[in-house]
Amino acid sequence: MTAALRFDPIRLPPVCEELRKEVRAFLAEEIAVGTFDPHKPQREDSDAPEFSRRVGARGWLGMTWPKQYGGHERTFLERYVVTEEMRVANAPTRRFFVADRQSGPVLLKYAPEHIKMDILPRICRGELCFAIGMSEPNSGSDLFAAKTKATKTDGGYLINGAKIWTTSAHMADYMIAIFRTSPPTKENRRHGLTQFLVDMKSPGIKVNPIGQITGQHEFNEVVFTDAFVPDDHLLGEIDGAWKQATSELAYERSGPERFLETYYVLTELVRALGPEPDTRGAEGIGRLVAQLHTMRRMSVSVAGMLQAGKEPVVEASIVKDIGTIWEQQLPHRVRELSAFVDGEASNHATLDELTAFATKLAPKLTIQGGTTEVLRGIIARGLGLR
Amino acid sequence: MTETDNIVVETAEKIFADLADAQSINSDKQGSWKAPLWQALSESGLPLSWVPEDCDGSGASLAEGFAVLNAAGRAGLAAPLAETMLAGWLLAQAKIASPEGAMTIAPVHPKDRITLGVDGTLTGRARGVPFAQDAQFIAVLAHSKEIVVVALVEAAACRIEHGIGLGGDPSDTVTFDGVTPLTFAVAPQGFDQTALLLMGAVARSLQIAGALETLLEISVGYANERVAFEKKIAKFQAVQHNLAKLAGETSAALAAATSAADTLANATSFDDAVMLEAAAAKIRCAEAAERGAAIAHQVHGAIGFTAEHILHRYSLRALGWRDDFGNESHWAVALGRMVAARGADDLWPLVASR
Repeated sequence: MTAALRFDPIRLPPVCEELRKEVRAFLAEEIAVGTFDPHKPQREDSDAPEFSRRVGARGWLGMTWPKQYGGHERTFLERYVVTEEMRVANAPTRRFFVADRQSGPVLLKYAPEHIKMDILPRICRGELCFAIGMSEPNSGSDLFAAKTKATKTDGGYLINGAKIWTTSAHMADYMIAIFRTSPPTKENRRHGLTQFLVDMKSPGIKVNPIGQITGQHEFNEVVFTDAFVPDDHLLGEIDGAWKQATSELAYERSGPERFLETYYVLTELVRALGPEPDTRGAEGIGRLVAQLHTMRRMSVSVAGMLQAGKEPVVEASIVKDIGTIWEQQLPHRVRELSAFVDGEASNHATLDELTAFATKLAPKLTIQGGTTEVLRGIIARGLGLR
Repeated sequence: MTETDNIVVETAEKIFADLADAQSINSDKQGSWKAPLWQALSESGLPLSWVPEDCDGSGASLAEGFAVLNAAGRAGLAAPLAETMLAGWLLAQAKIASPEGAMTIAPVHPKDRITLGVDGTLTGRARGVPFAQDAQFIAVLAHSKEIVVVALVEAAACRIEHGIGLGGDPSDTVTFDGVTPLTFAVAPQGFDQTALLLMGAVARSLQIAGALETLLEISVGYANERVAFEKKIAKFQAVQHNLAKLAGETSAALAAATSAADTLANATSFDDAVMLEAAAAKIRCAEAAERGAAIAHQVHGAIGFTAEHILHRYSLRALGWRDDFGNESHWAVALGRMVAARGADDLWPLVASR
């Protein structure tokens, strides 16, 4: 077989189920005191900084990291449970999620010791928000085309150019970004990009908000004008960021956040159809639940492989491809099935409102974090086709 | 499938490779491969994998048996192995020892119902019974008023109208017209027709997933050989993306089927968790078969449409297996009703309990 696909039927161990209960109890308390409304995924959350700190205080940030950096040395499967419970509850995780999932692990691997000791414990306490600087105007998924330059100067680098589609840059304390330190070579288009840790409070950084069709504001354009980054903020190898950036992708691409972003419309559909739906409504729910269950089993399976120290790059890309297409189609399927909802259903208005919101949100799901086309290229390479 | 140094699966794979090579079978119009294959399978004890040793079986675990079925799907096996295994399993539920020889099982369709009368004879009709014309015995699940019984019947005692299923294997109508079983016994508490269908659905899911694995393998292989427009078609992005989608569907089928098999292998009753896993597996594997078979044929172009090519041995079986033991619509309605009855706020806890 060219590429034997593996999806072992991993079950979450009992420690995860205990943890799940704790997370649910915590979220129920937060909902009770009004920190967030689980039926309002579209809300901008002003309480989020305090919520982040409380999540950190519970030990649910940096869960898999070494204790010396404030981490908790728990498993990926435990982290998995926390992530999915937060996502399903529509908890305001935006402020800490990127740091916890991606930025922290990058720092752990590539940052100098004193930076790790300074920053990682603060991430674990829920005090820091991170952004990721990858795409640029006119580059998008084509990261080779990134032009924003880091030019060597005394004691560091001067950054000039712009990043775009940068989630949370408007509230971020730090950004981990790739900048061009050399031109690509003829032999290697991937050469010449370097990863840096950027303090967003540095002079010369301007964040311009980008409005979205959902009415929300997550994305930004970030413009750098002679912004200074000190030498010790360089992460990993000069000109070698491409490999660094791609080796982390299995973590970014297979998690529960890749199929649960519009999950709330399914719950509301089940509620609206009631305990005894007609045949068409029942069939619709059954199919969607079967698809959701299957994706989750695939995602848990990849988490299990990551925990076992494997590198399931193809499997993780498949989970993101199928997962994001599913969560993208979900509001459309729910809309079709809402034809069979009784006009008197008590949550009719909520269902309509959430379906409309999820429909507006849906287009971005197969774009962010690696487009469908890029993912299929990675899968094709894994199959030995290129 | 799970990493296995499993001797049972290795034995099965060796027999399939030696005696059920798809190319040889496809070119053998006389069917002379059938007898040696079945003889080897019988001698290996594989058909009675799920029959305990005290019921004259091989006593393999449910997990091992499911892995064998996945391998049988990869081989596109055209012999009543799954059917005999399921029949042996059904008989064992009621502590009935399995006889020697090929068996099949009835009913296979959720709407079919067979009854055991007070005179001890079976009445009813079962459609789409796989390999009934090749079987010596049929394991029957029947109802006697409110009681569920399992019966062992000689195939020769039934009226069997021959039919051919989508995959080219026998799919017959079996009529029980006052048939006296060789033996029957009451099924254990909680065991009913739905339990039989759930078990059958998981068996077929593993076979479908296996067939998809092979469809992916031979499609990737073909794309890397076939030259069109002066390059290997594997180099065209549209073909690459189609094969990436096929890999996705194969993965989904494998994940759903192996998860359901793992659940059944560890279950103590046919509860909601088994319903979720087995129904989801059959639904998702059927969807994967539909999408996956279409892509595999698209990649092969016209050559894959010919009777000479082995592609259809896998694509048509995967599509045909969708209909046995409840198709995706049947299970979607059943699963949807279960989810609805439990209520919206219980959906996530149910899914996340797995």
